[in-house]
Amino acid sequence: MTFETSILSILTFLPLFGAAAILLVPGRDAASFNLVRWIALVTTLITFALSLVMWAAFDPGHAGFQFVVDSPWIGDSIGYRVGVDGISVLFVVLSALLMPIVVLSSWDSVEQRVKAYMVVFLVLETLMIGVFVTLDLAMFYVFFEGTLLPMFLIIGIWGGKRRIQASYKFFFYTFVGSVLMLLAMMAMFWNAGTSDIVRLLNHPFPPDMQVWLWLAFFASFAVKMPMWPFHRWLPEAHVEAPTAGSVILAAILLKLGGYGFLRFSLPMFPDASAQFANFVFVLSVCAIIITSLVALVQEDIKKLIAYSSVAHMGFVTMGIFAGNALGIQGAMFQMISHGLVSGALFLSVGVVYDRMHTRDIAAYGGLVERMPRYAFAFMIFTMANVGLPGTSGFVGEFLTMLGVFQVNTWVAFGAAFGVIFSAAYALWLYRRVIFGALTKESLKGILDLSFKEKVVLYPLIVMIIVFGFYPAPILDTTAGAVDALVAHYSSAVGLPAEPMVAVAH
Amino acid sequence: MNSDITSLASLAPAYPEIFLVLAALALLVAGVVLNKERSVVVTVGAIAALVVAGLLVIFQSPDGVLFNGVFISDSFSRYMKALIVGGSAFALVLSYSNATENGVHKFEYAVLVLTATLGMMTMVSANDLMSVYVGLELQSLSLYVVAAIKRDSVKATEAGLKYFVLGALSSGMLLYGASLVYGFTGHTNLQEIVLAIATEGRSIGLIFGIVFLLAGLAFKISAVPFHMWTPDVYEGAPTPVTAFFATAPKVAAMALLVRIVMDTFEPITRDWQQIIIFLSIASMVLAAFAAIGQRSIKRLIAYSSIGHVGFALVGLSSGTQVGVEGVAIYMAIYITMTVGLFACVLSVRTADGYVENIDEMAGLSRERPFVAAVMAILMFSLIGLPPLAGFFAKWHVFLAAIEAQLFVLAVIGVLASAVSAFYYLRVVKVMYFDEPVARFEAVPRELNVIMAITGFLMIAYYFTVGSPLASLAHTAAGSLL
Repeated sequence: MTFETSILSILTFLPLFGAAAILLVPGRDAASFNLVRWIALVTTLITFALSLVMWAAFDPGHAGFQFVVDSPWIGDSIGYRVGVDGISVLFVVLSALLMPIVVLSSWDSVEQRVKAYMVVFLVLETLMIGVFVTLDLAMFYVFFEGTLLPMFLIIGIWGGKRRIQASYKFFFYTFVGSVLMLLAMMAMFWNAGTSDIVRLLNHPFPPDMQVWLWLAFFASFAVKMPMWPFHRWLPEAHVEAPTAGSVILAAILLKLGGYGFLRFSLPMFPDASAQFANFVFVLSVCAIIITSLVALVQEDIKKLIAYSSVAHMGFVTMGIFAGNALGIQGAMFQMISHGLVSGALFLSVGVVYDRMHTRDIAAYGGLVERMPRYAFAFMIFTMANVGLPGTSGFVGEFLTMLGVFQVNTWVAFGAAFGVIFSAAYALWLYRRVIFGALTKESLKGILDLSFKEKVVLYPLIVMIIVFGFYPAPILDTTAGAVDALVAHYSSAVGLPAEPMVAVAH
Repeated sequence: MNSDITSLASLAPAYPEIFLVLAALALLVAGVVLNKERSVVVTVGAIAALVVAGLLVIFQSPDGVLFNGVFISDSFSRYMKALIVGGSAFALVLSYSNATENGVHKFEYAVLVLTATLGMMTMVSANDLMSVYVGLELQSLSLYVVAAIKRDSVKATEAGLKYFVLGALSSGMLLYGASLVYGFTGHTNLQEIVLAIATEGRSIGLIFGIVFLLAGLAFKISAVPFHMWTPDVYEGAPTPVTAFFATAPKVAAMALLVRIVMDTFEPITRDWQQIIIFLSIASMVLAAFAAIGQRSIKRLIAYSSIGHVGFALVGLSSGTQVGVEGVAIYMAIYITMTVGLFACVLSVRTADGYVENIDEMAGLSRERPFVAAVMAILMFSLIGLPPLAGFFAKWHVFLAAIEAQLFVLAVIGVLASAVSAFYYLRVVKVMYFDEPVARFEAVPRELNVIMAITGFLMIAYYFTVGSPLASLAHTAAGSLL
């Protein structure tokens, strides 16, 4: 067991040990709940530190998988295989980064069933990291689908008033989408004779089979992403979930769809991807324009942010299926950035929700007078959501639009409307919540950010601005893997390999 | 053919069965002689007998054909017998607490479980249409009595009678099918029937025989459209008896079905395949929709078991070795889930007795967090949600269906599993999302142990039993083909 072969397994399963430790804590009094919170925080922080160590040891110049473990496990069809490449490594770090943040954010706001809450979140962390590090087809499904279980409980137990409907909707949309992918995976196993993703990446599937496989995977990823018109579960799930659940859902779980497109659809079914690219473009542009307009009329802060998430994911799918380095780099960057920004936005909503217990936009107004620090933080996040240059939100949107412009000008033209609309709804939201006169009696005693909230939000502000001005750490990490992916895709569909210009130094 | 039964050593392949016969007779005598208050000794003795029989199956039962070719012992039969003995033993453990209330405190219950188990083991090892029938009837007759063992209860008596009438009908069909098969092939020995079919080809009479034979077996595994008795019997019988019905007899009938279609009728795979595919689709779809409206947890489990038989048949539909492996793994995981589920159901008690209405389990997670957690894990596992064991069971059977290019069957199957998620989730919802209404009583220790074991196996399947189970199933399936 060297560092190389054990780091990913440790990262994946460390949170489970934290969960087991929590289950061993006796008692249901305040002191034992505090102990539970500390165990969860320490476990997630150690995991995060290890993920940074792993990122530091990761060699971005090497396009293939690193820290690989490859062994058969159950019969021929299921193995234990892990490894990361430039596409997955950042998602591992992002997952590990956000977990301590959500544990901290629910420190005081969750008082019921604290033990179960922390256990479920730690299990979710294991599953999320597992999705990104596994290199076995069956195990990818295990982790991918496994995330349903904790998320169903999070929404259903700690959610809002209509939580039961929301949790069911969440479960069934994603479950029905995924079972078809499961069958496709089995067909791939019989066709290629292996469930090893590394070997599958180089296995040429027959073109007519690719179409069916692509559609089956699309059914799963499009719902997870979610793409318009498969997004109906998302606003409800976001609105009803507790703050921490919304953060994880928006920041990580939505990215599973994008990651799936990059890991499976594009490299394994290149012919079908090229064939369906225009279809995806149409859906993406529809998502960007329609859900932006829908966001404009929302009365509920969380719902508005949820719809804006769908619109931003539209940029991701558009960039991925542009199939060139700019588009895919942009999509990767957009996903990471959206993970930070949407997470931060939901945390911000959580701050005022904890104080006022309402998410109605109309219940707020003039918060800047009592909460200047909150107003500042929320402004940065809003600007990043709009995609203002200088924030991380800009880089991803800009790169995806550049990428898709090379492929199809009209798609880029349509997507540009989304940028305008996003400014409209985000700024209007900000105006209605933060500015105006502080006339409502209930708001007059509201307090500014507490110490814990500062600890949670300020690092996100720093990262959003740093990556806005200096995106190189992210782009450099992904460059090697993305270039290899683009070269593979181009040669498979018979396009000339384009010059690699994506790395912005 | 080894027919020398004069030496004890040559009987080694049948040691487990012979031991069970002796044990059952000894316990019967003990039960009559002993004071009524001490009949628990018989229960403990029966559990011990089953454990010994299980050990004999695993360690002391070589391959071989006995008694003029009516009895066969191979890897497949040993695998299935181990499951059956385990299921019966756990069912007896489940009946230990509150035995008087459930009407299973009489010593006859334990003895009948032993004879039923003996019948099931004979079914699994049957190598001749006659021993098929003898085993099946020994099992069925014991089960008819067991179903009605709580004599004072109208419901239990009704369940027993219903089970008997429909069971006798299905036995008749099976017997008629067997006679047709004999008539058109000229043999009762399963190996010789294969040869006869392979050389003479199929005839219309033989197909009729197969249809009746499969109809009789479909009744025993409660596949749609021969499932009608299941919900009523599950609901009417005392819960520990239901637990017994839902585990070992299902495995035995499934094993017999697998042996007959995969081994005996192997030359005419395409003919029986369509029957199995129909049974599979009908079971999965009907169970998924019919269970949604159920309010009683026992009826829900009944429909759930019908659905799971449908899923197991997905593997058999493929008619390949991978498919048989899938069925073997599926039955092992199914029996574990069922034992755990009944341990949970028997643990949910209020001052008024057992809680059978699902809605009355509201808020169980607050009062009895451990029971609720295990029950939730089992529900998610029954859905087939990874990373729990139920997913791996489905993975193996659907893998076989995809290999055999049965895409329509596979798509209908996974969609049915999505629909079935609806009623399983309802149980989780009631336990976790709703507010408590009732006070629940403390849980007996042995049920806690069973729940802990099954819950652990569900969660840690991938790391613990997954790999060895797959290789055992591989060997078992290999011995059949």
